Amino acid sequence: MNRKAFLAMLARDAHVARRNFVPLLLQTFLQPLMFVFIFGRVMVGSGYMPPEYKSLLLPGIMALSMVGAGIWSVAMPLIGEFQFTHEIEDRLLAPMDISWVAIEKVVAGMLQALAAGLTVIPAGWALLRPGVELSLQAPLTFVGVALLVALFSASGGLVLGCSIGQAHVGLMFSLVVAPMIFFGCTYYPWSALKNFPILQNAVLLNPLVYASEGLRGTLVPRFPHLSLLAVLAGLAFFDVLLLAAGLRQFHRKAVD
Amino acid sequence: MVVGIRTRDLRKTYNSSPPFAAGAGGFVSGALGHKRRKPPKPEIVALDGLSLDIFPAEIFGLLGPNGAGKSTTVGILTTRVRPTSGQAWIGEHEVWKKQVAVKRLIGVVAQRPNLDFSLTAREILVFHGAYFGLGSQERIQRAEALLDRFKLRDRADQMVRGFSGGMMQRLSIARAMMHDPQILFLDEPSAGLDPQTRLLLWEIIREYNHSGKTILLTTHNMEEADALCQRLAIIDHGRIIALGTPQELKASVPGGFLLRLRFGRHSPELLQRFQTRVGVREVRATDHHGADLYTDRGGSLVPEIANLASAAGVELCDVHISEPSLENLFLHHTGRSLRE
Repeated sequence: MNRKAFLAMLARDAHVARRNFVPLLLQTFLQPLMFVFIFGRVMVGSGYMPPEYKSLLLPGIMALSMVGAGIWSVAMPLIGEFQFTHEIEDRLLAPMDISWVAIEKVVAGMLQALAAGLTVIPAGWALLRPGVELSLQAPLTFVGVALLVALFSASGGLVLGCSIGQAHVGLMFSLVVAPMIFFGCTYYPWSALKNFPILQNAVLLNPLVYASEGLRGTLVPRFPHLSLLAVLAGLAFFDVLLLAAGLRQFHRKAVD
Repeated sequence: MVVGIRTRDLRKTYNSSPPFAAGAGGFVSGALGHKRRKPPKPEIVALDGLSLDIFPAEIFGLLGPNGAGKSTTVGILTTRVRPTSGQAWIGEHEVWKKQVAVKRLIGVVAQRPNLDFSLTAREILVFHGAYFGLGSQERIQRAEALLDRFKLRDRADQMVRGFSGGMMQRLSIARAMMHDPQILFLDEPSAGLDPQTRLLLWEIIREYNHSGKTILLTTHNMEEADALCQRLAIIDHGRIIALGTPQELKASVPGGFLLRLRFGRHSPELLQRFQTRVGVREVRATDHHGADLYTDRGGSLVPEIANLASAAGVELCDVHISEPSLENLFLHHTGRSLRE
């Protein structure tokens, strides 16, 4: 690995993110915060949802924002840069193994996912208060879960970014991202699916389930959630799987 | 340090479109690809056993028509294309095995501008310098010098998305020189440039070469190859068909001059008669109506040819005279024009 080239690429990504700060902000937070407002404020305020729902919802929204930011920030630029303009070429020709170019993308995506996750909590809390009670009892586990969630979302972005052409971005959202969000236990705990046993087992293939349950388990442990051991194992499994698949796809795409 | 290039029996076959010709990939292009039951795609041979020695500090040209294998050769030498078989070295480093060492030595200008559209012209140069480990002071200074040299100063702080093709091309070349590489690869560098910018580019290439750098350029423009290159390889269908200095190559065409003739319809006897004329070195029928005469003089032969044709009762419809050129050489070897 070439530390200077790696850091220069991170600096380049940070520079581009700074330049696109406002659109990036809207794209990352507008949708999750509208969900928070409608589900947590309007529906709770009008009595359709119990008041505790606010606390249950917030970790799910954090998972959703992190995964959205991680996937988007890696996949969308890559899809553009691998098109016929081959914009990524200057980085592929930098004096560094090309796997590190992919890893740099993942690290940049992780940082954006973590920033999104850590920003959405106070923003959501401000929108929902009073009545949100987060109790962070195991901060180290929380940090571990958050890091693993960031890694799987950025690696997922790498896989998608290297597998999809520009013409199919819309399809990616309808076929991959939307089902992942709706079946990702973001708005409801996994245990709420107990009356739908087939679905309850099937959603375990969705990495977002472990993200939502993990953040719920560390931020609001009083609600039912998957065991943290299962969460960590699930996230680690998807991290390895998606990172390996992403690197493989990156090589296929980068070298003719 | 001066660095040369060597290839031995390079072969590259594609099962899909060759590089740079590919459009958007399929929705799921890789992971599930092998499960599709489609008949195998036809194999395209892009390079067919290419062996080359490019000396340190020379300007070497690869001349050939589109699809001859020029970009594939550059792709392999710059780590961007994996050879199907054969080997290539940049200096002492084998390209496919020592990619990082090779990338340090080379600067690459691709056929199509591949600039980072998220950055301004100046940022493109400065970040490129940073990828190559230049210190912050040094990369700013070099970027300034290159912006001046390539006449890009007044647009330096604009996003490159709005640049014209010629400006993008100039910036691509400036970027490739940013880390002062020992070898500069230029794939069709003057395609799409106006004559004035082309001359500026030629001047910059020569200047860079004078500082001891090796330059490999590809072109299908014979004037460019002739004006710029110290040695040339003419390639077609992934093979070298001729190699030498422009002068040697031009001299290797029988006679040097080429007369392309069109008749109402010619006969073997008539062509036989042409062959016996003084100054005619070789006669080739292209079809029933055309013939190429390789000769050592040009216009002065035309009256004789017209007389012979009319004596044989054949109508001479068209005569085209080419002075000694690389175009004639390509035609002599392949029977096709470079421009076709």
